[in-house]
Amino acid sequence: MFLTFDGLSRGAVYAAFALALVLIWRATRIVNFAQGAMAVATAYAGFEVSAATGSYWLGFAVAIAAGLILGAVTERVVMRFVDHSSPLNGVVVALGLVLVIQGGLGMIFGSEFRPAEAPFSRDAFTVGGVALLSRFDLFVFAAVGIVVVLLALLFTRTHTGLRMRAAAFAPDVSRLLGVNVSGMLTLGWALAAAVGSLAGMLVLPTELGLHPNAMDIVFVSSFTAAVVGGLDSAIGSVLGGLIVGLLLSYVSGYLGATVAPIAVLILLVVVLLGRPGGLFSRSAARTV
Amino acid sequence: MPHQPPSDGLILHDISVRFGGLTALEGVSLRVPPGRTVGVIGPNGAGKTTLFNVVCGFVAPTSGQLTLDGRPLRPRPHQLKKRGIARTLQGVGLFPSLTVLENVLVGESDRDRAEATLERCGAASYRDEKPAALPYAIRKRVALARALVTDPRLLLLDEPAGGLGVQEIEELGELITGLSCSVLLVEHHMDLVMTVCDEILVLDFGKPVAHGTPDEIRTDEAVADAYLGAAA
Repeated sequence: MFLTFDGLSRGAVYAAFALALVLIWRATRIVNFAQGAMAVATAYAGFEVSAATGSYWLGFAVAIAAGLILGAVTERVVMRFVDHSSPLNGVVVALGLVLVIQGGLGMIFGSEFRPAEAPFSRDAFTVGGVALLSRFDLFVFAAVGIVVVLLALLFTRTHTGLRMRAAAFAPDVSRLLGVNVSGMLTLGWALAAAVGSLAGMLVLPTELGLHPNAMDIVFVSSFTAAVVGGLDSAIGSVLGGLIVGLLLSYVSGYLGATVAPIAVLILLVVVLLGRPGGLFSRSAARTV
Repeated sequence: MPHQPPSDGLILHDISVRFGGLTALEGVSLRVPPGRTVGVIGPNGAGKTTLFNVVCGFVAPTSGQLTLDGRPLRPRPHQLKKRGIARTLQGVGLFPSLTVLENVLVGESDRDRAEATLERCGAASYRDEKPAALPYAIRKRVALARALVTDPRLLLLDEPAGGLGVQEIEELGELITGLSCSVLLVEHHMDLVMTVCDEILVLDFGKPVAHGTPDEIRTDEAVADAYLGAAA
């Protein structure tokens, strides 16, 4: 039971991070390999503010706001100018961003691990002698749940969300209808980076701690979650995150932590072989 | 005297477009007066869609000027709506993941207006359907509603009759005739063009070969050679 709740808690973070990847993929067909480094950068800003003011929540708000700004700036200053004639171009630029951000963070904050404060106890409640989940796990579920609901409402109930969906699918047609496609792209990057920042603030207070490379392993698991769920499916990314979280938890619990990354890799290969579009993607039409 | 805004409609003056060594349009001049319907016809590759793309800003003219109601038009696609221009696409171009109503709402946030426009175009009963589930003729109607919902002063219709049956084309003709805005129509279906247009411009290899009323175009020998003759 503990492994299940632990897996769901980790999976919720992967789900949020995978959702951030999917938001950008759907809008630009770019896998944002810099998402982890961007999340760490905003987490540094947040925890610095927390340390200076003594308020975790102020730091939390600063990290999310920094995510919004960093995402928008990244799109406006860097990604907008990427030549999209080859899909590799965006990937190469994103990988370059990873190096720049991680190198910059190392120069400013150093490369040693620093503890990250959790706002709630991480000690699990026990029922009948069985450890279940902690207050921090509940906070993770609530935060990710709220974000998923808010994003769902944005995309299905607002005119801005409708225009973001239209701009992502057919930018030229959307422009003809008066949609400011570049503005929608900037907003998409800002939202995705903010969701990534949230994931960082939720996962770094666990055993990871603050470090320029701290989100690398989270990125791998979350990328797997996004691919498992389907890079075009927001719901799929959330479910994929929960699946990867549970898999990691069970494998770590029963077979040992060192086997867990292999299990994730096997899951990725199996899904790519059996259903390359992801478990929750719609079947693609085939032209014959 | 209150200031009356000029209402010259759309004027294209001596427009040329070259792609490297290929001349897509050469010396094309055209006026679409307010409330009138002007057709552009010509064989495939004559430059009709390029002309639309110039008006929409997808293609920059190599030379020539465009004005809309007396003001220079330097179109950028996302600003067309502000200038009162709407366009339908040859291939319908609906968003497949959005419902019919959502497709119309992309260009106009007023739900009542979107529903009223769908009603006007005869597609209201499909408002919650996805485009892929609809007959082609209904998708065409939705595309027209999506353009009309912005209440344009100038509507560009790119082959709206393509893929439609005789009855559907008649209904489309009635709909176009009932519009109060200016219409620039690119179409291969001659009966529709001759029925709804006040003037017709004929292009061949990017050059204008004739311009006049439908009756004048019907009897023009250059047109017969370039287009109608080829079709016969």
